[in-house]
Amino acid sequence: MRSAKLDALLSRYYTIIIFLIPALTIFTLFVVLPIGEAAYYSFFRWNGYGAPEKFVGFKNYEFLFKNRVFILSLKNNFYIIAISLFVQLPFALLIALMISDKLRGAAFFRTIFFLPFILAEIVTALIWAYIYDGNYGLVAAIWGFFGAEAPFVLGDKDWALVAILIVIFWKFFGIHMMIYIAGLQAISKEVLEAAKVDGAGPITTAFRIKIPMLIPTIKLSVFLSLLGSLQLFDIIMPLTGGGPSNVTHSMVSYLYYFGVMRMKVGFGSAVGVVIFLICLFIAIGYQRTLMRDDNENKF
Amino acid sequence: MKTNFRTYYLYLILFFLAGVIIIPLYVSVMGGFKHTGELRTNSLGLPIDWKFENYISLLVNSDFWLFLWNSTVYAVGTTFFVVLFASMTAFVFAHVKFAANKFLYNYFLLGLMFPFATAILPLFLRVRDFGLLGTSWAVIIPQIAFGLGFSIILFRGFFRQMPKEIFEAAVCDGCSYIQFYFRFTLPLSTPILATVSVITLTGSWNNYLLPLIMINDESLYSWPMGIMVFRGEYFTDWGKILAYVSLTLVPAVVFFFALQKYIVAGLTGGAVKE
Repeated sequence: MRSAKLDALLSRYYTIIIFLIPALTIFTLFVVLPIGEAAYYSFFRWNGYGAPEKFVGFKNYEFLFKNRVFILSLKNNFYIIAISLFVQLPFALLIALMISDKLRGAAFFRTIFFLPFILAEIVTALIWAYIYDGNYGLVAAIWGFFGAEAPFVLGDKDWALVAILIVIFWKFFGIHMMIYIAGLQAISKEVLEAAKVDGAGPITTAFRIKIPMLIPTIKLSVFLSLLGSLQLFDIIMPLTGGGPSNVTHSMVSYLYYFGVMRMKVGFGSAVGVVIFLICLFIAIGYQRTLMRDDNENKF
Repeated sequence: MKTNFRTYYLYLILFFLAGVIIIPLYVSVMGGFKHTGELRTNSLGLPIDWKFENYISLLVNSDFWLFLWNSTVYAVGTTFFVVLFASMTAFVFAHVKFAANKFLYNYFLLGLMFPFATAILPLFLRVRDFGLLGTSWAVIIPQIAFGLGFSIILFRGFFRQMPKEIFEAAVCDGCSYIQFYFRFTLPLSTPILATVSVITLTGSWNNYLLPLIMINDESLYSWPMGIMVFRGEYFTDWGKILAYVSLTLVPAVVFFFALQKYIVAGLTGGAVKE
């Protein structure tokens, strides 16, 4: 006769095993191990067939950091991050503050501004590729209205990246606005009432109360924006495909063209590892924000 | 007086911005109805001469439907397994006490910070070596793997907020953990099930990079791959391309308006501390 206590204990172990195994197996095989393998393969010259044999040490990395196109893609990624952090997020915050109050039509504007986020990036980029087309698109129409010859911004080395940045802004400011609105709604009404009684106007309230209380939310949106910017790929492909003359690559599109398409597993993995290290560096800075796992928090 | 003045400018800015969002979508849908010549001369207005061929030729194109079907298979398959596995895992993290609980939870959390791009090549080799290339699993399994982390966080947060009393009462009645999960936890979790499903579905539906790496066989293309091939064929025949774009745009917008609540909850729920 087994005791009830033993039964309960066994049931607990069965549950742990049965419930955890599928997720743990898939996650380990298809997320964790590939990351480790990327680090290992990055020291080889290998086309993916047979076993990696040609050990080249840090050669892949050396080549990478001497490669003009890669350095440019790294720079582009940092431009994208800079614009996201210093233009897009403050703008999203401003809009969130504007429409979070009892503004009439707030729900309407919220929905409209959020709309681009749910579109596939490929579709977004195709729409904008049309808009930028100097023969047919909106840019052509606007230039034509002023009687000028429309430029082909996507084919222009100096303007192509700017054009991409505009698309990124258009597509992603809404999600950050939404995150801020959710954060603003979590601020207690009493605090805001008290500020009002003390005679604080909307601008004072925004700077003295709302924004300081929103800091954890802002940190998170910064984090999401950083990781998103570093992994940008889909938007670039339909717009420029990295061109003209390879000046608009992101690190991921570089990885795709020069690693995946040529099946250079070692070299491509080295690119992947660089992206990983930058993400890791950012994540370490964020460790305390993300890992604050007390008893009741979600994150 | 001052307030009115301010409100006036506020609305001016908001309506301008709304225009910046809506106009590109509007010209795309309308562009699909225009002749190439009209696209040149009249890009903003309504079509003068409505042309339905672009839309019709797509709707009778079997490839168009095939790609949509493939994407549906990827999205539904991924979502089913992500919801099942992530909720089971989160249930253990939320309700079962054991030594490695916290450690394993952090293990999954860490995965959130791994950029997918880093793993692309090894992931491709693994999928190839497992003999999955040329099947839908080549897309579905990696998507499940990369979808687990965030879903586990969302589920765990929700499960922890469920009243402890139900759980204790059920255990006293001789209910095992597994029975409890199926009989109580899942039926009581519809909002979070909906949220995770909606996020996973949209993520998979819009995914471009992963299928691009994994799929060579045109009969398994997802619709974003299909639309890119189409673009390559009709390079500046914008009427055709915009029709394709619009046909994928409309369901996405309808889906969004119907399920907006869950999309927003999922995207902001994990981010905002209550």
